[in-house]
Parts: sequence; C-alpha cells; structure tokens
Amino acid sequence: MAETTVKKPEVKEREPLFGPKEKRLITDPLNDNNPITVQVLGICSALAVTTLVYPSVVMSIAVVFVIAFSSLFTSLLRKSIPKQVRMIVQLVIIATLVTVVELVLKALNYEVYKQLSVFIGLIITNCIVMGRLEAFSMANKPWRSFLDGIGNGLGYGAILIIVAVFRELFGKGTLFAGSPLAWQIIGPSSEYMLDTTSISWLGWYQNNNLMVLSAAAMFVIGLLIWAHRSWNPKLVDVS
Amino acid sequence: MHNTRYVVIFVTVLTVVVALLLSLLATGLQPIHQRNEAIYNKKAVLAAIESSLNQEAANMSEDQVQSIFDEDIQQVVVDYRGNIIEGVRSEDVDMAKERKKPVEQRQFPVYIYEGESGDKIYIVSVRGSGLWDEIWGNIALQSDFNTIAGASFDHKGETPGLGAEIKDNPKFSEQFEGKELYDGDTYTSVDVVKNGARGPHEVDGISGATITGNGVADMLEQGIQYYEPYFETIKKSN
Repeated sequence: MAETTVKKPEVKEREPLFGPKEKRLITDPLNDNNPITVQVLGICSALAVTTLVYPSVVMSIAVVFVIAFSSLFTSLLRKSIPKQVRMIVQLVIIATLVTVVELVLKALNYEVYKQLSVFIGLIITNCIVMGRLEAFSMANKPWRSFLDGIGNGLGYGAILIIVAVFRELFGKGTLFAGSPLAWQIIGPSSEYMLDTTSISWLGWYQNNNLMVLSAAAMFVIGLLIWAHRSWNPKLVDVS
Repeated sequence: MHNTRYVVIFVTVLTVVVALLLSLLATGLQPIHQRNEAIYNKKAVLAAIESSLNQEAANMSEDQVQSIFDEDIQQVVVDYRGNIIEGVRSEDVDMAKERKKPVEQRQFPVYIYEGESGDKIYIVSVRGSGLWDEIWGNIALQSDFNTIAGASFDHKGETPGLGAEIKDNPKFSEQFEGKELYDGDTYTSVDVVKNGARGPHEVDGISGATITGNGVADMLEQGIQYYEPYFETIKKSN
C-alpha cells in the first residue's frame, strides 16, 4: 500500500501581538536610533520648549499621541493613499491630530493650553512625525506602525525632558515650575531647598541665565549626543 | 500610480471627512472652551487684588471665582471721557478688539472690588506690546487713584523663562504693590528699570527680557492714563 503522504495543512504561526520585534520598535528609538541624538531630527522644538520641565512633559505626551495615531491612520490608509499626494495626505492627518490635541487640551486644562499653545501647533512641523510616516507607516502594518510611533515619541520626549531638567535646574533653580509639583531647588532665598545666601560654601553659585536661552539647549543637546555616542559603542562610526 | 480621477476623489473625501470631524469637535467643545476662558480672565482680574483677598487666584475654584464676582465686584465700562457706558459688563469687553479701535470709540472696563473693610479697589485693564506679541494686565488701584494695590500680567507669546516671567514669576508683579502713579500732581506711571529700582515709580525688570519690560512700562503709562477722566469724575463726586 503506497503510503500517501498527507500534506499537513500548513499552520501559519500567528505572530505574537507583542513579540521581540515589537519590543524593538519601542526600545530602538529610545537608544540606538533616537530621533534627536542619533537622527538629529526635531531639533527646533527641542531647542524651543525645553526651558521648563513641565511644558516639556506635556509637549512629549502630545507628540507621542500625534506620532502614534498619525502612524496608525497612515498605515491603515497606506494602500489607498495615491502616491502622488502621499505627503499632503500625511500632513492632513498630522494637522488634524494636532488640532484635536489643541482643542482637547483647551477644554481639559486651559492654563497649560495657554502656556503651550504655540508649541502644540508646531508639532505639525516636527520632522520626526513625518519622517516616521514616510519611512515606516507607509510600508508596515497598523499595529507595528502604532508601536513605532509610540517608540519614537518616547525617544523624543525622553531627550526633551532630560534637556529641560538641565536647563530649568541650572537656569532657574527650580523643577516642574508652573505645575502643582513645583520644586524650588537652588537659589538666593529661603524658599529654595538649597539657599545660596545661607550656605556659605555655595555663596558663589548663581543661576545661569544662559541656560534659559535657546543657545544653551544646543550646548546641552550637543553634550548629550557626545555622551550618548561614547556610552553606546554601536553608534561609533567605524568608517 | 493612481489616475488623476482617483486622486481628486481621495483628496476631496479626506478633506470633507477631516473638516467634518474637526468642526464637530470644535463646536462640541466650544461651551467648555468659553467657560474656561471666562474663568481664566476672571482669575487674572482677581490676581491683581490677591493681597486684599488673602488667597492666590490660581488656586481658587471656579465657584469661588464666580461668587467673588457676583457678590463683591461691580463692573463698570467707561469711555475715554470718563462717562459710564450703560448696558455693558466689563467681562464682556474684549481688550484685543478695543485696542484696534480709535480711542474715541474704545470701551474701558473697570472692576470695582469692595471687600469687607469697605475700601474700594478699582481694577483697570491695560494692553500693550511685548517682544513677540501682545501683553496685557490688570492693575488694581487704591481709592486715591495713585497707589497701586496689585497687578497681574499675561502675554500671548513671550519667551518662556524670559519675557514670560511677567506672568510666571509672582515676584515681578508683586513689586508693583505700593508703587505710585503720580509724582505730586504729574502723572509719571511706573517704569521697569535695570540696575535696581529706586523710589515709588520704578520696579526691577527681568534680566534677558528688556523689551518685554519696556513693553510693560509703556503699556502702564498709556493704559492707565485712559482712565484718568473717569477717576477725576469719581474724585469730584466724593
């Protein structure tokens, strides 16, 4: 009796919803492929909003939201978007989401909205958002694009907050100023935790006004890129 | 490549969908936006008389703000001659629009606060230009119309950490308390200066924000002067 090999029905292994590949989508932009320190994108807003930590945090959340959802929608539409006008379509999606963020923030927390309104609108021009749509979402499935968006938003936000901590601490001596969490760390009066007038060996210390200016953000980001590259061997150019 | 017809249809549909979505959201949220804005503006008025209220305006709840406005504050709108314009509430006057009109047609809002002590405090609104965009403020005056009881400032787009400090740093606006507008009989206003303020007509500026500081000084000098005729009529009637 001739044995007939019964072809087993090919069971296609279902891809896990959150496997190692997906994890890399989130962690990669945080370190090896950081949008600011490695790709050097989104610098303009990183220079502008990072004077204070609190607005930077709100800005980061807004950017995560905008990148994640614009990636999701672009990816959902990727097969029907006409190639000739794909950039315009991407811009429409981004601009819509930014307007949504602006309207919702205006309803939820009017004071933060007042503080940030100009910068929220400027998320539209953030090159990271469009970069991810062009490079990733147009060629990948919705779920992955969404994760990639979150990852890149977090990578951007992390640097934003690190820079803002440096600038606010050394520029104003505070942290989270303007929010209910406001801390006064170092300064020349008794309201600060480290009072430079009463601690004698700290008497020389003054808050550095340069840190408040955008030029300081450039120095801080430059130093961060340097530190990041010397710490992460993958980033060293071998060529 | 998609054909032109497809492109046109795709773009049209996308635009219509997006426009519909955003306008729905905007109209849906509009009542909340308006209420938030009204409370925000009222808080700015109360921030000018914080020292009389013994409470920070920023920490007040909506109800508290509203009850102070309903019970202790009288709203009067005047013209440049000092005559009271009937039928208008101060909170409905949009200073940004008023600033664009010729002076003869402008409406000037006044908020009169009468606390438990019975002393009246007159809060007037002023508006001017900072470095990037408009700045504005509310100045509270004692009933002698000379001594400043408090001030609060706001701005549209000054640099955070520099010009924006006129709003964010309470130390700046606190300086105005007790300053005087008149030197004898001449109107001198209050100037924002570098290198240490002296006397009752100067306050310290913010380092790195000279132009915003000058804007505040100009705004006060011009803005409060518009109210002079009104103050004169009150002084006479007393």
